[in-house]
This record gives sequence, structure tokens and C-alpha cells, in this order.
Amino acid sequence: MISDVLIIGAGGAGLVAALHAHKTGAKVRVITKEYPTRSQTCMAQGGINASLGNAGEDSVESHIQNTLKSAHKIANEEAIRLLCGEAKEAVEWLDSIGVCFSRTEDAKIAQRTLGGASAPRACYAQDYTGLKILHTLYDRCLSEGIEILSERYLLDIFTDKESVTGASVLNIRSGEIENYGANSIIIATGGYSRIYDKHTTNSSATSGDGIISALKAGARVSDMEFVQFHPTALKNSSILISESARGAGGHLLNSKGERFVDELLPRDKVARAIHNEMQKGEDIFLDIRHLGEEFIDKELPQERKLAKLYENIDPVFDLIPIKPVAHYTMGGIEVDSKSCTIIKGLYAAGECANHRVHGANRLGGNSLLELIVFGKQAGENSASYALDISESSHAERGNKTIEALNNKPEVDFYKIREELGDIFYKSVGISRDKQSLESTLEKVQEYISLIPKMGVNDDSKIYNTNLIEFLEFKNMLELSKYILISAIARNESRGAHYRADFPNEDEKFEMHTIICRDGVIYEN
Amino acid sequence: MKISIQRESIVEYEIDAQDSTLLSVLNKIKTTQDSSLTFSSGCRSSVCGSCSMRVNGKEVLACSYKVQEGDFIEPLKNMPLIRDLVVDMDKAYSFNTKAKAWLNPLSPTPSVTEQNTLTNEIQSDCILCGSCYSACPVYAVNSEFLGPFSLTRVWKYVSDVRESDSKEKIDTIQTNGVWNCTLCNECTMVCPQGISSKSDIEKLRSKSAMAGYSDPNFASFGGGFGFDGSPSF
Repeated sequence: MISDVLIIGAGGAGLVAALHAHKTGAKVRVITKEYPTRSQTCMAQGGINASLGNAGEDSVESHIQNTLKSAHKIANEEAIRLLCGEAKEAVEWLDSIGVCFSRTEDAKIAQRTLGGASAPRACYAQDYTGLKILHTLYDRCLSEGIEILSERYLLDIFTDKESVTGASVLNIRSGEIENYGANSIIIATGGYSRIYDKHTTNSSATSGDGIISALKAGARVSDMEFVQFHPTALKNSSILISESARGAGGHLLNSKGERFVDELLPRDKVARAIHNEMQKGEDIFLDIRHLGEEFIDKELPQERKLAKLYENIDPVFDLIPIKPVAHYTMGGIEVDSKSCTIIKGLYAAGECANHRVHGANRLGGNSLLELIVFGKQAGENSASYALDISESSHAERGNKTIEALNNKPEVDFYKIREELGDIFYKSVGISRDKQSLESTLEKVQEYISLIPKMGVNDDSKIYNTNLIEFLEFKNMLELSKYILISAIARNESRGAHYRADFPNEDEKFEMHTIICRDGVIYEN
Repeated sequence: MKISIQRESIVEYEIDAQDSTLLSVLNKIKTTQDSSLTFSSGCRSSVCGSCSMRVNGKEVLACSYKVQEGDFIEPLKNMPLIRDLVVDMDKAYSFNTKAKAWLNPLSPTPSVTEQNTLTNEIQSDCILCGSCYSACPVYAVNSEFLGPFSLTRVWKYVSDVRESDSKEKIDTIQTNGVWNCTLCNECTMVCPQGISSKSDIEKLRSKSAMAGYSDPNFASFGGGFGFDGSPSF
């Protein structure tokens, strides 16, 4: 059961890493708790940034400067230079493997403007960009014969003397625990927006499992307090309406029909402006009626479908009721310039990782890009590392069992999961303050103390989603604690972390909040 | 209202639902009434393909179907049942490998025109939900039939100007492939993304004919084509 490289997560980052690790010559195995094409990446709509200049003048330097500005001084400029510098090659590679990008009249990849960008920079495939990229990557993996095991839930990462040796997973179908040895592991398990429960655009699977496993294995995580709220989710369902709707000229209106913000500012600013209006009692709408039916059907077909289906309105004729909800988590597993953690052989890429390119606020179109650039980096480096290790250095694999579960729960974790989401949206949301954060931390500590009273009613071994949801919930509860500790310590406002009691940026916090074995520390 | 769900036996649930998606109702049942109810879900916005199932005999995505009084919910057909509404899709997925549904790249990558994109834009909307395999009467009796979504995927790549070896793909889909389809159109009727695998299969048939292949169903009857081009038996 030993592979050179074991990849946990089969979204964009995981599959890109798999392809590059395979190309480097490593034996690769990919594990996902869903099926690969069901990953969060399929929900990305707007586009992938690359300064191709196909729709207006642009340069790598502008991309770098826009990204730096939006990061609010807590990004690694070198990492951003790499991200933006490799963007053209990343998009060309996707084109070469068959991604169905939308095209311009002169047969170039079409590009559009997203928030915070000085040029139309996002390459797109209608408003299904993530879906089409993810499926093409999957097809590519099939063509290379890469092993992908579906419906396995990550339990633990094993280490020996600060080096990775393997991982244990729960086979959801059989209920059996499986151990997979590996010379190196890449975590590509996505973000943790699901903590916000019904107040997120994300899939119900984004519970940050890999981040918790990495922490337990001794890795560090950072910047957990930075959670991006997307300005335009459908009001009733929190389903995403792409930023490209505003990029194309869509307006944000309040109940009086007035515009109140430059719609193409970065997401933190737009979300805050909407939040302020809503605090005044206004309902907020996205208006794309003036773009016309033909344009909407050609460029934004999914948005029209989603608005009809989940909000019972047709954006060709009606205003779209919206609200900002949790969308992307900037924080994640600390990695170096090789995508490696402080544990030898343990790598991370994608939303679960913190390459310090988004800083305090990610720009639209940079997350699909990070999957390709850092997925490749993690894949190549983990493969080289794995191939350098001799088989004999493999330590004894751990043998994991799930701790005995309380099968007569007195406390219903589903109820607490929902409560946690509501409290987080209200108190750890777009605007926070000392009091709201501290009272939430108290609440979270109380929930944590109740865990022994929670449990799983379903005693089936086969496909026990009650159990999986409980394991995910426990991860989310622990992550909640780290988000709060980090947010309480940051007595300033920066990007997506807005403290009503400290509304300004403060130079002395130009640092990263690190969670590690020693607790919380700050680092430049 | 009442709905019933095919589990080991049929179980009826009393629910409070108005203009609710089936997925939100299933989540409600699971989190408040019966935590053992088992189904898959993910994006809840019709793009991940996790929650495909059948309502009153027809394939739907639970997240985009609005629940009605008396609805009867079942798992997809033609796939091994794991539990309740969850089926094992591995075999259906494996047909993408069997059908070689990927691009054999050209170097350098040719440029793609706006017109070119129209030939396979909708095919690339596929979310692999498996509804089409559940609805397919051919797959129901021939478990080696490559099936609707994989053939749509083959068409997507065959019709792509960036494909270097469409001949190989056409060769691959001759057995248990394009000629096994009865063109009944069931796959089209159930596709949540509005894709017609049936018409993609028809397009692949004419590509196959251009590559020198003919319908083996006619050949096996010892027939061929009459002088007027119509098949004779």
C-alpha cells in the first residue's frame, strides 16, 4: 500500500499536484472523501487570472501590484511574483490539455475584469470556469493512469522523527480504516468556510479536515482570522453569484434603488459596504438587467439558472436579492517556497495551504491560479523528495482506530453545528469586535466541553454519513477556536479582518498569526 | 406533507416543506428526525453532481428538485447500491477511461475560434452526476456499454480542434459504443445540464462512418445499403 507521493484531496490543487508528481517519476496515489469531480473547485465561476492582455493592456507587474495591494502588506512578495509570473504558462497549459475557455473574436482566450484588477485579466469558460478546469484535469489524470481512490475520509497523518510516513483514512463505503504508507504527502483538502454553515457559498465538504490533520502532525497554520466574504450570494440560499456579473457592469443597489459603492473594489471593501447598508435596514440587490438577455445567456448562463432555481427570479428582468457570505479562507497550513511544511515530506497546496499570496484579502481569479501554480510546485517537489528517500527508511506504519463513539448522544451536534454557523456569521463575520469574539470563544469552549456528550446515532458501518459529519464537525469546532484566538489577538483592521473597535490598520500588526505547538505566535 | 424514501424498505416521512429543494428536506430529516438516512451531497447548487437520485421514477438532482406531496424517492438505477440513496459510481466513471475520454494534445496548441467553442461548449458542462446511466435502457441490459456521459465526453474531445488523434477515439467506441445505443433519448430527458448524449452519439456515428465504420447491426443481418442508400435487410 506504499506510494511515493500520497495526495489527500482531489480538487484542482490535488489533481494538478498528481499530474506533476507523476510526470516527475513518482508513483502517485490520490485519495478524496468525495469523487474527484465533486470537489469545491467545480464551484469556481469567475475565472483564472493571467495578464495575457487579450482584452486590454495588461502586464505581469500590474497583476503583482494589484495582488500586493489587496493583500494589505501581509503577503510574501516573492511568492506573489512567482504566482503572477507563472500565470501565463499556467493558462497555456490548461489550454493545451483541453480546457474549453471562452474565446474572443480573434481566437484568443477571452478575459474579463474582476474586483481589484486594473485590467480584464480573468480567463474564463462562461461562468463554469472551475467546473471545466476540474473535469479537464480529471480526464488528464485518467489518461496518465493515476490512481484515485474515492470516498475515503482523512483521519490522521503519521510521522516518524519529524518526517511523514503515511496516513490513515476511513473507507466511507466499507467503514474500514485503511493505512497508506508514503514517502511524501500533499494535503490539498480545501478551506474551512463550512464553519459558517448556511452562511457560506461553499460545498458542505469544506470542513478543513486536512488543516487539522496537519496541525496534529506538527505542522503550523497561519492567518486563520482572515475569512473572505463574497459580496454577492443569493439571499435565501447563500449560493454564489459570480463577481463577473459586476465585472461585466452589474450594479449593487439598496432598497431605494441607489448605488452605494464602486462595485469593482476588492471583495473585502464591497462586502463591508453592503454590510453597512444592511445594518441601516436596507435590502441589497444585484442588478444585471441592463446587460441584456443575449449577453447574460452567453457569458453568465449559470448565474441565470441559479437565480431562477434558488431565488425564483429571472435576472434578465428582475433584481437579484443578495447578501455577503463566507466564501474563501485565506488562512491555512504554513508552507515554504517549495510548498513544504516544517514536517519533512509534508506538503500543502490550494485553499488549505497558506502560500502568503492572498494576505488579508484574496483577489477574484487568483484562487484557480494558485491551484495550478502551487499544485505544480507541490507535485514536483514532493516527488523529488520522495524519490530521494530509500524504501528502507520507511517507519512502521501507525495503526489507527476510531475512538469509541458515544452512541447514546445527549447533545445533538447537528443543532450545535447550525448554532455555530449562525454565531460565526453574526459575531465573527464581516465586522467583529473584542466582545463579540470573546463571547464566541467562550461559546466554542463550551461546545468543545460538550463533545463527550455528543455522538453518532447511526450504528451502521456502511456509508455512515452521520459519523463523517460528526468527525467534520469536530474538526470545524477546533478550527473555530483557532480562528477566534487569532482574531482576538489582532487588535486592528486589515483586509477581510475588520474590527469595529480597531477600525484602522496598525503597523505593528504587519505580521502573520501562527498557530503551532507552542500556542499563538507572531512572525513577519 | 408526506414523502416516502426507498431504503431497505420504503419509509414514509412527514415533513414541513414549502418551495423546498429535495436536498434541503433530506438534510432536515437527517438532522432532526433520522440521522441514519443516507445520501450524498456537496455544492447544493447543481454543479457537483453528488445528489442525483430518482423522484417518482425520474432522475433529478436533489438540490434542484422542489419537493411535492407524495413524492417517492429512490436511488439511481443500474449502479450497485451502497446504502439508501447512495450508489457506487466507480464503474460508470471507469467508462471514461475505457473510452479514452481525454485530449491527445497537439503541439503547439492550435488556436481555438469562438465558432470552434460552440461545437463542444455544452458537452463540457457535464457534471458526471450519472443520471444518464440510470436512465439508459441499453446500459441496463449491457453492463459493458460505454454509456451516455462517456460518449458525450468522447465527442467533446473528438470535436476539439486541439485533438491530435481523433481516429484512435473513433476506433475505441466501435465496440459496446456508438452502435449499441438505440437513440431512445432517455439520457437527454434526464440530463440536468441540458446535454443530449443521444445527439452526441449520432454525431459520433457519422464520424465513425467517415472513418469507414458501419453499423454492425445491419451487417449482421447480411444486409447492406440499397441503391437508394436505404438499408436493406
